[in-house]
Amino acid sequence: MSERSRLRLVVVQVLVLSLLGTLLGRLWYLQVLASDDYRSAATENATRQIITPAARGMILDARGRPLARNRTALVVSISRTALLRESDGGRDLVARVATVIGKPFQEVWDKTRLCGSSGAPLAPKCFNGSPYQPIPVTDEADTQMALQIMERREDFPGVTAELTAVREYPGPLGANAAHELGYLGPVTDDELALRNAGTRKGVRNETVLQRTDVIGRTGLEKQYDEDLRGTPGVKTLTVDHQGAVSGALSETEPRPGNHLVTTIDARVQAEAEKQLRAAIRRARGEGDINKGFARRKADSGAVVVMDVRTGGIVAMASWPTYDPNIWVGGISTKDYKKITGKKNNYPNQSRAFQGEFAPASTFKAVSLPAAVKAGYSVNGSYNCPAAYSIGGALKANYESQGYGVIPMRKAIEVSCDTVFYKFAYETWLRQGGLRPKKGTKDPFTEMAKAFGLGKRTGLDLPSESDGRIADRAWKRGYWKATRDFYCAKAKTGYPEVARKDPTRAAYLLQLSKENCADGWAYRGGDAANFAIGQGDTTTTPLQMARVYAAVANGGTLVTPHIGRAIMTPEGKLVREIEPKAERRIPVSRSTLTWLRAALRGVTERGTGYGPFARAQFPLAELPVATKTGTGEVYGKQTTSWFASYAPADKPQYAVVMMVSQGGTGSGTSGPSVAELYKTLFGITGNNVVLAKASPPGGHPTTRLPTVGADGTVVQPPGELTNADRPQAAPVLPPFRREDDG
Amino acid sequence: MSVGYRPTPYTVPPARSSSRLLRRDGAIRRLDWALLLAVLALSAIGCALVWSATRPALLDSGEDPQAFLKKHIINISVGLTLGLVASLFDYRMLRAYAPILYLLSIGGLVAVLTPLGSTINGSHSWIILPAGFSVQPSEFAKVALVVGMAMLLAEKRDAEEDPRDIDVLLALAFAGVPLALVLLQPDLGTVLVVCALVLGVIAVSGAPIRWVLGLVVGAVLVATVAIQVGVLKDYQLDRFRAFYDPAADPKGVGYNVRQAQIAIGSGGVHGEGLLHGAQTQGKFVPAQQTDFIFTVAGEELGFVGAAGIVLLLGIILWRVARIAMGAEDLFGRLVAAGVLCWFAFQAFENIGMTIGIMPVTGVPLPFVSYGGSSMFANLLAIGLLQNVHMRRYT
Repeated sequence: MSERSRLRLVVVQVLVLSLLGTLLGRLWYLQVLASDDYRSAATENATRQIITPAARGMILDARGRPLARNRTALVVSISRTALLRESDGGRDLVARVATVIGKPFQEVWDKTRLCGSSGAPLAPKCFNGSPYQPIPVTDEADTQMALQIMERREDFPGVTAELTAVREYPGPLGANAAHELGYLGPVTDDELALRNAGTRKGVRNETVLQRTDVIGRTGLEKQYDEDLRGTPGVKTLTVDHQGAVSGALSETEPRPGNHLVTTIDARVQAEAEKQLRAAIRRARGEGDINKGFARRKADSGAVVVMDVRTGGIVAMASWPTYDPNIWVGGISTKDYKKITGKKNNYPNQSRAFQGEFAPASTFKAVSLPAAVKAGYSVNGSYNCPAAYSIGGALKANYESQGYGVIPMRKAIEVSCDTVFYKFAYETWLRQGGLRPKKGTKDPFTEMAKAFGLGKRTGLDLPSESDGRIADRAWKRGYWKATRDFYCAKAKTGYPEVARKDPTRAAYLLQLSKENCADGWAYRGGDAANFAIGQGDTTTTPLQMARVYAAVANGGTLVTPHIGRAIMTPEGKLVREIEPKAERRIPVSRSTLTWLRAALRGVTERGTGYGPFARAQFPLAELPVATKTGTGEVYGKQTTSWFASYAPADKPQYAVVMMVSQGGTGSGTSGPSVAELYKTLFGITGNNVVLAKASPPGGHPTTRLPTVGADGTVVQPPGELTNADRPQAAPVLPPFRREDDG
Repeated sequence: MSVGYRPTPYTVPPARSSSRLLRRDGAIRRLDWALLLAVLALSAIGCALVWSATRPALLDSGEDPQAFLKKHIINISVGLTLGLVASLFDYRMLRAYAPILYLLSIGGLVAVLTPLGSTINGSHSWIILPAGFSVQPSEFAKVALVVGMAMLLAEKRDAEEDPRDIDVLLALAFAGVPLALVLLQPDLGTVLVVCALVLGVIAVSGAPIRWVLGLVVGAVLVATVAIQVGVLKDYQLDRFRAFYDPAADPKGVGYNVRQAQIAIGSGGVHGEGLLHGAQTQGKFVPAQQTDFIFTVAGEELGFVGAAGIVLLLGIILWRVARIAMGAEDLFGRLVAAGVLCWFAFQAFENIGMTIGIMPVTGVPLPFVSYGGSSMFANLLAIGLLQNVHMRRYT
């Protein structure tokens, strides 16, 4: 054998050795250096999660009546794996199921298509869940259908009929409370990514969202979503390359969500809704004295019943409204258009905490303390002419004549505007008129801010409105934002309007010129308007209820809230939602005492008298403090306001009702408020039976209901008397007294 | 050469043979035990892997979960017997039977191309026999080729003389026929292995260097032209494309490559444990008991097990190389060198494709993959090498 052969063999051996070395090197990289990446890829490959949704907690009223609960529904589901196993892709199976549940084949078939897969219809017709989740095709199956499916297992492979929880808003005693409860909606991709981002970083988030979850979209359902939702059960399955299940890795049971106890009383809520509807009917049935005898539009309205000590909302209603159950299981396009459209005047908007309206004379509860701050004594007498001249222009008393020189008390009782024009205008002049000294604080706008107007109250519901205080700063800001428009219009005029209505065009041109030149100016007229709650200043009915609660409870500006407590499904208290107060209003006790007496006088002798007299309300047994308001809105009918609290001597509730384009306060809203008080204090005829009141005792429910582990609720004792209630003035912690002028 | 060209196989009565084999200088004592033990160890690991790889599918279909394992053990036993037989008679006698072996293998390869043949995994390489058996003639052809080439190139030159051009040409022509037949199946993987084998034998035979270099350059040219002209089937090209860019077609060919690497990579250092690999038990890697069996080792036995397999292969190749070095004659050396190149390239190609450094071509991992023909051929070759080893100084 040649040396050459031997040499060649050595070369071959070196080559072989290098091949083996290459293999080892690559293996080292794959299995040691890059192993983690491949490991996670393998996990993704070989495991699938099955989600069992947790039963959502109930929303209960103050006495434990469910405002939102879960109805058990028979849900028929089809396993996608079973469909794929069929030779025809499961068409035949789906057809059989469709026949049994009595739905058209196409609808059921569409429901089994994964959203986003080829040939699938768009949401909500397609299935939005994971491919490994059984697909629910109906939640309205009856026992008969379920039996047919369960008894013929061989005809229905992979089809199940199971009891599942479906949200339901039962409307106890007729209470609708749609705007407060809100609704649920399927989770979106963005929310999924956002909420689950934490878990990927290794942080175990208790409330991680799953694709099939529904989450609160508005109202209490959204505000307390994390409490109500619970934790879904997750079963991790191992699957093979075809997706067939080969075993279970881990399983966690679903943990039902906690219950939310609210301050709402279903009976009062139902009555408030009923009385609001009554007020609107009343308004529509009577003519508007300013507009001939045309019926009033009464396009919308709201009512708020608030616990004056805690700010707890006992009832809050808005009209128009809708049935919250239309959201369950996905809202139809038709219904969605109906409740969000202009045609029905946006029933999804709550006028109570989202609607902004000029508060009109109910605002005098704010203006009066402001006037006192400005130096006008409550013990003085003031001239109440029919009209008051401001810078040469006469501003009239609305709906009122002149009363001559009257004591301040009577100015409140008869709601004399001209007295307040005088206070505001003189104060404005003293402060320098159009060009005030720097740092000057207008007592009227400052008082409005101190009463919490112009910004949201902090109610525990999403999307609350701020309202607006049209003070100097606002006017300047508004002018800056609009002056380009007005200055352009001041040059071009309104030719398109002029063709039809030359007078109006001339008026608009004049307005544009003024706005362009000195729209920033806070005029004497603005100040006068502000004092009687007119002009550009707006508030929500909720804000006004809070103002009257502050007057009633001795000067604490409470933070309105609906959430009362969170309880576990087993009925254990998780936490109480403590009432909060924002501040003490800067009004002296003597002024408040005087104001309360004056407001009581309004009911007994003034503009608030009519509704209670007509309702034959026993004011002697149950005195009520009220203030009416009739707001003028340019181009619209007047806004009817009725603000009140009762009992006037030991206040429990503040009740505010508002009807947009509803006429006068006492004519439209007043009678409804009087009726509402009859429910709140158990009044029949001339008798006040507090035990028959709703809630019992004539005061807000203070004890929590008892919730059993099975979801049953025991109402707190009903015969509580007022004595059972902690009487020590405001249950709130004392607040630092601010400049108690 | 005391043993000449006998027309009948050399057989001895068992009793006599054992006593003769057990003598101080008897064949048993001269056996390459390291080689044998490495082969047995690798085969044992192969049993475990085949079991783990086939169990889930058998369980799913309700069959005996050990069915494949049992058949595999039978295959190994048959193969060991074949190897034993191949080691008993003096290998130099083989020269006489080389033409017969060659013609038999040619016959088998031709039969595959007739209606007798069957297609598995895109290769028309099998002959299905009754009772669930099947034969892959190309595996046996490797053995026949090694022996035949060695004979042609070693003939007349056991003296210090290198093969002449004419001998090389003859050898190439000799190899060309089965190569062409395998190419017709088409079984690209086997073609590559056979090419490596032929090249190795020619190189070690001491043939002029121009032949060695010329063959390497020629192979590259042929490969380039084949790809350009389109001789290769689409699925074969796809496999190459998937090699360059596994992400290109994650549901098609790239799927194999990707899943194989996930399986091996997820094994980590110590592996998931036998029967506990999610990828393996979920059957994510196709052909995991045959061509992709290394993924089972990678996932369930981890780097320790996978590297262990590579090391055992290394021991086998080292012993084979030693046998080649120490062979008494050029024929023995060429047989050993041919087997060395065959095993080395086939192992590299097989493991390489599972870890993404070689394109996917269907070749089994020697001694590990499930498959009778391959196992028989491998063990036959080991028997021959033991034969060469044992008869060094007789």
